[in-house]
Amino acid sequence: MSTTTAALAVEDLHVTIGRGARVARIVRGVSWSVQPGQTLGVVGESGSGKSMSVLAATGLAPATARVEGRAFLDGTDLLGLGPGELRRTRGRGLGFVFQDPMTSLNPLLTVERQITEGIEEHLGATRRAARTRALELLEMVGIPDAARRLEAYPHQMSGGMRQRVMIAIALACEPTMLVADEPTTALDVTTQAQILDIVRELQERIGMGVVWISHDLGVVGGLADEVVVMYGGQVLESAGVQTLHDAPAHPYTRGLLGARPRLGRLREELVAIPGAPPDPRALPGGCVFYERCPIKAERCAHEVPPLAEVAPGHLARTFCTEER
Amino acid sequence: MLRFTLLRAGHAVVVLLGVTVVVFALVHLVPGDPVRVALGTRFTQESYDALRAASGLDQPLLTQYVQYLGSAVTGDLGVSFRTGQPVTTILLERLPATVSLAAAALVIALVIAFPLGVFAATRHGRASDTVVRVASQAGVSVPDFWLGIMFILLFSVTLGWLPPSGYVPLTEDPLEWARRVAMPALAVGLVSGAILTRFVRSAVLESLGSDHARTARAKGLRARVVLLRHVVRNALVPVVTVIGVQAATLLGGIIVVEVVFAWPGLGRLTYDAVAARDYPVLQGSVLLVAALFLLVSFLVDVLYGRIDPRISAR
Amino acid sequence: MSASTSAWRLLLRSPVAVAGLGALGLLVVLALLGPVLVPYGANAVDVTRALQPPSGAHWFGTDDLGRDVLSRVVLAARASLQVSVVSVSIALVLGVALGLVAGYFRGWADAVAMRVVDVLFAFPVMLLAIAIVAVLGPGLTTAMIAIGIVYVPVFARVTRASVLGVREEPYVRAAVAIGAGPLRIIRTHVLPNVTAPIIVQTSLSLAFAILAEAALSFLGLGIQPPEPSWGRMLFDGKGFTGSWWMSVFPGLAIFVTVLAFNLVGDGLRDVLDPRQRSVLESRRDR
Repeated sequence: MSTTTAALAVEDLHVTIGRGARVARIVRGVSWSVQPGQTLGVVGESGSGKSMSVLAATGLAPATARVEGRAFLDGTDLLGLGPGELRRTRGRGLGFVFQDPMTSLNPLLTVERQITEGIEEHLGATRRAARTRALELLEMVGIPDAARRLEAYPHQMSGGMRQRVMIAIALACEPTMLVADEPTTALDVTTQAQILDIVRELQERIGMGVVWISHDLGVVGGLADEVVVMYGGQVLESAGVQTLHDAPAHPYTRGLLGARPRLGRLREELVAIPGAPPDPRALPGGCVFYERCPIKAERCAHEVPPLAEVAPGHLARTFCTEER
Repeated sequence: MLRFTLLRAGHAVVVLLGVTVVVFALVHLVPGDPVRVALGTRFTQESYDALRAASGLDQPLLTQYVQYLGSAVTGDLGVSFRTGQPVTTILLERLPATVSLAAAALVIALVIAFPLGVFAATRHGRASDTVVRVASQAGVSVPDFWLGIMFILLFSVTLGWLPPSGYVPLTEDPLEWARRVAMPALAVGLVSGAILTRFVRSAVLESLGSDHARTARAKGLRARVVLLRHVVRNALVPVVTVIGVQAATLLGGIIVVEVVFAWPGLGRLTYDAVAARDYPVLQGSVLLVAALFLLVSFLVDVLYGRIDPRISAR
Repeated sequence: MSASTSAWRLLLRSPVAVAGLGALGLLVVLALLGPVLVPYGANAVDVTRALQPPSGAHWFGTDDLGRDVLSRVVLAARASLQVSVVSVSIALVLGVALGLVAGYFRGWADAVAMRVVDVLFAFPVMLLAIAIVAVLGPGLTTAMIAIGIVYVPVFARVTRASVLGVREEPYVRAAVAIGAGPLRIIRTHVLPNVTAPIIVQTSLSLAFAILAEAALSFLGLGIQPPEPSWGRMLFDGKGFTGSWWMSVFPGLAIFVTVLAFNLVGDGLRDVLDPRQRSVLESRRDR
């Protein structure tokens, strides 16, 4: 994986909130990259740092967070940009879709305004041209009766329709990267599948890279080329989706695969792995997963396993690669 | 939208009816005979009977209420015990002074609250935010009539810049009106502004952390656009209610400050009516103020529906 | 009671709340021990020493009758706190009862109670208080009743809103299902779970009650002379604009007392009930 050719790449990213004894280490030295037209799945439980690692890279972390490291979009280091340049990148080269389309859309503005404002800002389009483009976008994401829907407010639409609007907003300026932060979690299963199809289809058409953040390995499995598994602010394993499915190297990934229900969605709690993720303000000295690990090897209690290559293109943070 | 408006209007009318009952009951709860109390010790049987009949106090209670309601609807609120003038005339005379003071105070309050509240929220947790929080807490705690007295001591007695009291109608001499209204409006407006600042700050703070504000930032909009179009505009929804309550309270509630500055508004009128036991005037001004309060609340509800499409759609 | 202990600990971690509590403690001490502490009596008239500016003998100066302003400010604390505590207690008892009945039973009881509250709400606080005093006659007792009535709607609304949330909780539904009586359910399940917002509202109302009492006394409708009161002292001082100390110190006393209650109320809200501030708080007297 090369950062120079990648659509989006993150290198040694750290995010902390607070200072001194109460400092919370949310993201600790995370690296990954997405090639143009490819999809990267970032998987983890809530609190694993999966969303923060992506939002921080694009300047959307909360104002109280400290972000260190590098994040390249088409070879430009986003974290080295001034706030104005970084802002111009968002919405232009980077599109975002968030979890809850009800709260993520502005309840006081029409769908039209919420789509056109970005087009006017980045492409310098007139209101009229932006409106034509908005209409086109709504049709593209499969919203029936698009002309009438432009006048609608978010509360007048269903959850699935709202998420389609969010996708239309994200793709308005044909970005090279789409960041999708659990975009189907708040939707029912049927709608979920429709949204997945739309993103897949549009990705092919536009040729953009996608980072798909999810707690659900099942959703990501059907969509991603590469998968990164995060836990306690670190990457525990990363591999191609097939490799990860057939030969998971880390006990945590194996647990996730075992916890996957046959039908429907996985809840945030992983019943198959007892215990809770570590507190980012009081991280353990050894392996971050030690507490919940079914193997609990002696050396993992006080030594952090390095993220090492177990096979070409397959990285895992574990000492126990042999025991399967 | 029409349904919503009619519903709110209906509610206001029901409450107004309740208000008339309270206002009517006011006089009938007075221990003793209000006419006798009003006339004092020296009166003749003729003058007593005349005032009693003129006030309708010789009728049964329910009849009196129906009559009171009937005449109130037509704008007849009886005559002053003290001057014999129709109460409605007296109230209308006093209304401009109160409205102009309340409006000036509200403008001052808004001019303070919006910039300070938004500023503090965008600097949440920093020193400048703390300064605004402490200052607004102090402003909420200060008695406005004492602030008025302090202004008189400073600007009139010590510096001699402004007249300590008195009123000139805005329509007669706008400049002189401004000189007179400055101190009472500032005293009241600073306190209202402090109350509003706290609400604006917390509403903007909540709006800043909202998902849709994040979406606006994710679109790459300019910071100013994000703040004004997506953060402040949405924060306005809860704040409008509070502004309405403030506006309504100012219309009928500036009693003590009006007394301090000899400002001939409804508050001062109420105070004088209490002191002189002029019950029809007291009733009239209380009724008018409550009606104004309900009117402003109703207008705010309608405005609310205009700002937030989710409400008018219902 | 580990919950209330930890609430205390959190409250004591906030420097502003501690400052407010400290100021309140000092005020209570002054109110209780005032007569022993002050150098002069409240009505120790000495016209030969009238209108003296602050000095070593009279730190806050003297008024037009030669009375010591410091002594009067200290001695007035008791009545002020008394009015505020008694009137808020009246509002608390009536308002919480009304809110519990309205919120728990819903239906017509709710409709009637809330329309009554709406009607009371239509009057600005100070105007209603003055009207009530006008009917009952001026004085300490009527001032307490008037201020108490005026704040009933606030407590009723705060309580009702909380009860509406609690009554749908599983433990309340379970209690209903096993056939517990409404009074028992309200006492053991509802009331303990709606106390947080009520406590916060109590602290803030105490602040507003101090302001309302000062305003009423200023207008001659509250505490009656010769009993010293901050509001009346301000009224007396108004006629003597050359003697600034007559107006400055009683006002500062009101300000500090109200500020102390507000700081504690804010601290309590942060600890107990960290929602957005309610619209009810925007109502205060003037």
